Amino acid sequence: MPILNQQEAQALLKKVLAYSKADECEVIIFASNSGNLRYARNAVSTSGANNTGSLIVSAAFGKRLGTATINEYDDASLEKVVRRAEELARLAPENPEYVPFLGPQQYEKPSASFNDKTAAVDPKFRADIVEKSLSITKKNNLVAAGYLENNQGFASMMNSKGLFAYNSSTGISFSITLRTEDGLGSGYASKAYNDVTRLDVDKLTSSAARKAAGSKNAKAIEPGKYTVILEPAAAIVLIENLVNNLDARSAEEGRSFLSKGGGKTKLGEKLMDEAVTIYSDPWHPEMPTSFYNQDGRPQEKITWVDKGAIKNMYYSRYWAQKNKVKAIPGPDAFIMTGGTATLDELIKSTEKGILVTRLWYIRSVDPQTLLYTGLTRDGTFYIENGEIKYPVKNLRFNESPVIMLNNVEALGIPERTVSGESNGNAMIPPMKLRDFTFTSLSDAI
Amino acid sequence: MKRKDFIQLSAMGLGALVLPNLTAFGNPVDPSRFLNDGIDVKLKKQLADVALNAARAKGATYADVRIGRYLNQFVVTRETRVQNVANAESFGVGIRVIANGCWGFAATNNVTKEAIAKAAERAVAVAKANSRVVAAPVQLAPQEGYGQVSWKTPIQQNAFTIPVKDKVDLLLSVNDIALKGGANFVNSAILAINEQKYFASTDGSYIDQDIHRLFPTFTVTKTDRNTGKFETRKSLSSPVGMGYEYLTPTADNKVGGVVTRYKDRYDMLEDVKNATADVDQKLKAKSVEPGKYDLILDPSHLWLTIHESVAHPTELDRVLGYEANYAGTSFLTLDKWKSGNFHFGSKIVNVVADKLQPGSLGAVGYDDEGVKCGQWDLIKDGVLVNYQAIRDQAHIIGLNKSQGCCYAQSWADVQFQRMPNVSLQPGKDKLSVDDMIKNVEKGIYIIGDGSFSIDQQRYNFQFGGQTFYEIKNGQIVGMLKDVAYQANTQEFWNSCTAIADKSDYRLGGAFNDGKGQPGQSNAVSHGSSTTRFNGVNVINTARKI
Repeated sequence: MPILNQQEAQALLKKVLAYSKADECEVIIFASNSGNLRYARNAVSTSGANNTGSLIVSAAFGKRLGTATINEYDDASLEKVVRRAEELARLAPENPEYVPFLGPQQYEKPSASFNDKTAAVDPKFRADIVEKSLSITKKNNLVAAGYLENNQGFASMMNSKGLFAYNSSTGISFSITLRTEDGLGSGYASKAYNDVTRLDVDKLTSSAARKAAGSKNAKAIEPGKYTVILEPAAAIVLIENLVNNLDARSAEEGRSFLSKGGGKTKLGEKLMDEAVTIYSDPWHPEMPTSFYNQDGRPQEKITWVDKGAIKNMYYSRYWAQKNKVKAIPGPDAFIMTGGTATLDELIKSTEKGILVTRLWYIRSVDPQTLLYTGLTRDGTFYIENGEIKYPVKNLRFNESPVIMLNNVEALGIPERTVSGESNGNAMIPPMKLRDFTFTSLSDAI
Repeated sequence: MKRKDFIQLSAMGLGALVLPNLTAFGNPVDPSRFLNDGIDVKLKKQLADVALNAARAKGATYADVRIGRYLNQFVVTRETRVQNVANAESFGVGIRVIANGCWGFAATNNVTKEAIAKAAERAVAVAKANSRVVAAPVQLAPQEGYGQVSWKTPIQQNAFTIPVKDKVDLLLSVNDIALKGGANFVNSAILAINEQKYFASTDGSYIDQDIHRLFPTFTVTKTDRNTGKFETRKSLSSPVGMGYEYLTPTADNKVGGVVTRYKDRYDMLEDVKNATADVDQKLKAKSVEPGKYDLILDPSHLWLTIHESVAHPTELDRVLGYEANYAGTSFLTLDKWKSGNFHFGSKIVNVVADKLQPGSLGAVGYDDEGVKCGQWDLIKDGVLVNYQAIRDQAHIIGLNKSQGCCYAQSWADVQFQRMPNVSLQPGKDKLSVDDMIKNVEKGIYIIGDGSFSIDQQRYNFQFGGQTFYEIKNGQIVGMLKDVAYQANTQEFWNSCTAIADKSDYRLGGAFNDGKGQPGQSNAVSHGSSTTRFNGVNVINTARKI
């Protein structure tokens, strides 16, 4: 499937809709070209290139909905997929939660989610980047494992009630783990961008190299409560779980950290420190995302946590209609505001504490308190009197992002960060937090 | 599986159900298509030969081709209604080659001779392009060609022949029992998978396989509107390498005790009744006092501990560093294996890798690089004796033959090393669970799998569970909550003091074990009998926000 421009997508979707005989019909089309290169032990291990795409037709008769998909785009195939969706709709049971499709929407301008230079990335470019990174690795006598992936794509939708939306995007992501040859040190770096020219492989490789060399001969410390500085790559994996749990239905059904006695929710309550504000903004210059969501609702700039208080929850269209509230969709990415301090300044201001550069294997322990467990990884350091003194062994934590964001000492400058757990993106500041709960030591390097 | 897909499904209320992205598997289709046989084996051989010849003509020194048809059906319900019925089919061809000593891979969903030949040429071009960043040429263990052979999961009832309506009726009956028992919410699902895959290689194998998997599951939730607290209990089913016969239990398949557990077959209607009662008890249970306890772990729980702490660290690709950037490496380094005396566990700990076990998720005749499957020891009398290897790794551990651990989640993904079934062998002496509990002074008996987390070298882990029973002076005295245990893998397995005999042996398993970049999913079973571990650190997970 080629990457269609707006006019081409619009023309194709109009043609598909013309075949519809259902009460309502909605058509979504998307396609993506992606390529990847994976390496380990300082050599390429696997690589891939994928072109995927689909056209999805949803047809409704009353409250009966049928969906069919196809990846052939000749006229006969397009008519066939519409007929199949209609057949499936007639066979489907009535869905009591069916909500009619949206009518035309007033969208704001598209975001800068597409970049021509990223769209032009080819296999040679990927091999060149990896070769460049490997040359730094080898100079430092380290062993690299890494992954580079780029993609370009578009998504568009149209329905029988007059809604039309189109967005295109590009992305490139790079991550690298460098280990010392004796296996006693390990460092990590990762970044994702819409614009390939922002990717600085030298800087990322050098940063991982410093962490690998600096984390050798780590000392054991007693588990317990410590002041920590979380680098953005460490903080994102906990904070994304806060944002992913802002679903109104779960809260109102009584099975979320936002539920409380008497069938009420904690919407509007101040659960975290005043310094904590989290919002989403599809037009953020560092992290542009789509201006509409999968069911055609506009993605707006929304504040989720305002100075520590839960400001908004997100809704399915059904749940919003049932509760007669605005159907705010969940965000594609989020921004946590910060301060003006650099990571170095946060370290300098710390009398005693632990610098955590990455957290991983994050799993829910108790959904009622958003308690998560996981471990530090690839470089953990002890800070004393404003300086990094020595590397420490990795630690397991049991902590809730809600509790942790109640214990904010200082926030630094937010930067675009990619989650090592979900591949999701967010703007996250480095953060100094007191009383972060480590529960055991790990020998892992 | 991508974690984000899981999160989206969690938002659907599926909670602890681990489901893959429904649309990632293929195109939605009418379920009647599932009963087609797909393309004829003679045609598959012709198409495969096109790929192998095209690859060789472009300079490949080795090539394999997988023509795959993957059928998936997921029936998902909550309370009194159907949430989703997804029927998907994915059909295409993946071609892997060695050229200039380097691997190359390409795939296409255009299953024509022309497109397959082009994909083979693309795979060779990729191999040649990447060969400039290769340290040493690929060294493949020798592999005989088997000619034209086939293998099929020994099922009694193909799940795809059961009408969707029957599955919906069963799930809604499950939900009805939970709701009548006072549950506020109940989510249930039946997931069925059929991999029809044809493998051919330049070694002279043409292997046709038909593989079936099934996973019925549910989660019951009760909320306390006054306090705002809630508790859940997941089903004690296991995903299996079986047909729909898994859902036809007899009395012989039931294991009595604090709650009924299941062996080889599963009674979903009985289990949901028990689960609903368990949730009441969980809401009222005593919060655990942290400290050291002797743990008695049921197979419905222990499979996950085996999976994370034994099966993953014995994957040879981790040991060698191929997964360093994502899943991690392993503490079971080659020097420990070479020493021949690395005491992974106590003397009664025997762990076997197995790709043949009937009813297991990992059972196949041949792996995804055409190697006939088998069985071997990983831990023998407590000592590390072997790993899990594929053809290009076998030479590293002195083998002249692959152990058959190669797998790809679909035709569109390149195959790599994935774990076989890895199981703890039952105790050799007669020992029942009741007799095991009788000797425990201060302990916790854990049933069902829950929260799980382990470090990137598999030293330090933490596990939760579904239900926790306090044992005092040889007696079960009541239910506990807020329980998680933390341990170091080697210390934990060396604290293993008793394993129930083979009459208690049961399989658990993972339907979607993730590894690799981009991530791929694998299904695998882990068997054990109830096992005792002494003096394990238990923490209390209750917090206030």
